Amino acid sequence: MISTQLFYGGGGILLLLLGLWSFLVHAPLLRKLIALNVMGAGVFHILVATAYRGLDTPPDPVPHALVLTGIVVAVSATALALAFGQRLDRDDDR
Amino acid sequence: MIDSLALAIVAPLLGAVVVTLFPRHAQRLGVAAAVVSAAAALAITAVVWTDGVLRSELGGWGVPLAITLQADGLSAALLGMASLVALSVSVYAGGYFSSPQDGERLADDSRSRHFWPLWLLLWSALNGLFLAGDLFNLYVTLELLGLSAAALGALTGSREAVEANLRYLLVGLLGSLFYLLGVALIYTAYGVLDIGLLAEVIAPGPVAATAMALMFGGLLLKAALFPMHFWLPPAHANAPAPVSAVLSALVVKAAFYLVLRLWLDLYGPITPLGAANLLGLLGAAAVLWGSWRALRAERLKLLAAYSTVAQMGYLFIGFPLIAATAAGPARDNLIAAIVLLALTHGFAKAGFFLAAGMVQKTAGHDRIDNLGGAAQGLPAAAFTIGLAGVALIGLPPSGTFIAKWILLEQSLILGLWWWVLVMMIGTLLAVGYVFRVLSRAFNREPTPYRFVNDARAEIPALLLGALSALVLGLAAQPLWTLLGQGVIG
Repeated sequence: MISTQLFYGGGGILLLLLGLWSFLVHAPLLRKLIALNVMGAGVFHILVATAYRGLDTPPDPVPHALVLTGIVVAVSATALALAFGQRLDRDDDR
Repeated sequence: MIDSLALAIVAPLLGAVVVTLFPRHAQRLGVAAAVVSAAAALAITAVVWTDGVLRSELGGWGVPLAITLQADGLSAALLGMASLVALSVSVYAGGYFSSPQDGERLADDSRSRHFWPLWLLLWSALNGLFLAGDLFNLYVTLELLGLSAAALGALTGSREAVEANLRYLLVGLLGSLFYLLGVALIYTAYGVLDIGLLAEVIAPGPVAATAMALMFGGLLLKAALFPMHFWLPPAHANAPAPVSAVLSALVVKAAFYLVLRLWLDLYGPITPLGAANLLGLLGAAAVLWGSWRALRAERLKLLAAYSTVAQMGYLFIGFPLIAATAAGPARDNLIAAIVLLALTHGFAKAGFFLAAGMVQKTAGHDRIDNLGGAAQGLPAAAFTIGLAGVALIGLPPSGTFIAKWILLEQSLILGLWWWVLVMMIGTLLAVGYVFRVLSRAFNREPTPYRFVNDARAEIPALLLGALSALVLGLAAQPLWTLLGQGVIG
């Protein structure tokens, strides 16, 4: 259904904008990171929506591969940022 | 047979795995991996020079499925510069991390253990970025580069370094997401990601324009173009010297390479002059603001970092000139000039940071006002800063001199005098900040010291400085030959 595709794509754009707004407005690291991940989820939604090729044809595998790679990258980046944040917190405690 | 293009990416990656497995021998194994990686990359540059564009599809799959690697003149030129800089940095790092100061033996040891895997991973990502032939692999390599660069930058573990690099990481992630969104848009519209195939089908219109705005927006954030440069000075100034050299000489240059590649291959022909003028305008602002802040900087490494902001600006001033010039020898010269500028800055800034690291290590600080006598204490390091300064200013016979000459000449021919004005003021400010350092370096009585004190650290820096100030300017012709392979002419 074309409306499903629009729903996913539109939802993706909404998530992206919400994430961007939150990233720019909020200072704490954790909120920035969550915002970035929400933005990433938005981009992935858009990509998943573009894979749709009608009910009779199987979806395009390329965007799916892109999303999978994107998720791996997002997880690693989040982990590194959290490690930095932990380091800063530990310095504060001393 | 092993694919020579893949080898340039695999060699440092394997090196990273090996140094992780044998952390005790990280130093020696790391330098060995560096030699192999540099040889593999330089071999590609040589083959492209003699035989033309190289292309390979990994695993033998056809174009839409396979991961394509491609080396044309532009990739080969940057690959060559990157391997020479990376090799010098590796040799330097071997000495830098193993000579302790103030009983920091333990800290230095763990730093050395963490440096090598991250550094080789960064190198692998960098080579992958220069060789990737499709938009999505460019995204992956860009992310790998950003992650390893942020981790390396925070290696000292000081609060300032961690804070600066956390900001760098977040900014980088934001930039990559914008880039990825642009890629998604392109794929939706055209159904291909291979740059070569895209170039045939891309057409002017709202989709291409939006995708370009998103991708360039993300990349300019990573290339630290004014006013998105705010993250660069603290991140580059607080990293250990070999890392600063890599960040300033290579990592920001990778984002610039991508902008240039997308501009030349995809967007240039379908983009109105206004977009190029905007890039040039931001570049001009970067030249003026970066040079001014460099002139006012109190610390040597901060000065070098702001100088990077300024030098990146010159590269972007090239875009409006390229866009305004009709295809032909004049346009080819402009393209070659900005590549030459990028290469020269890579060598010069790497040499500068390596020498600054020597000064900082010996003096225990890098406050410019208190560096009196550094030239007498460390003649080789001071001489390197002088050579790099020649290239940063653009005095003959540096590569910068030829590049700026071509840019100035073409601005005058086109009647775009304001770019001339900006480049002149930028050059004048560069004279100011380079001589500010050099003038402080001499104030001790006669020089009873040896020229070279620590060969392992000083020779690589010296060679990089000499490459930027002497070799690239006197022998710039090969670059034109190299770029003739698929880029110009």
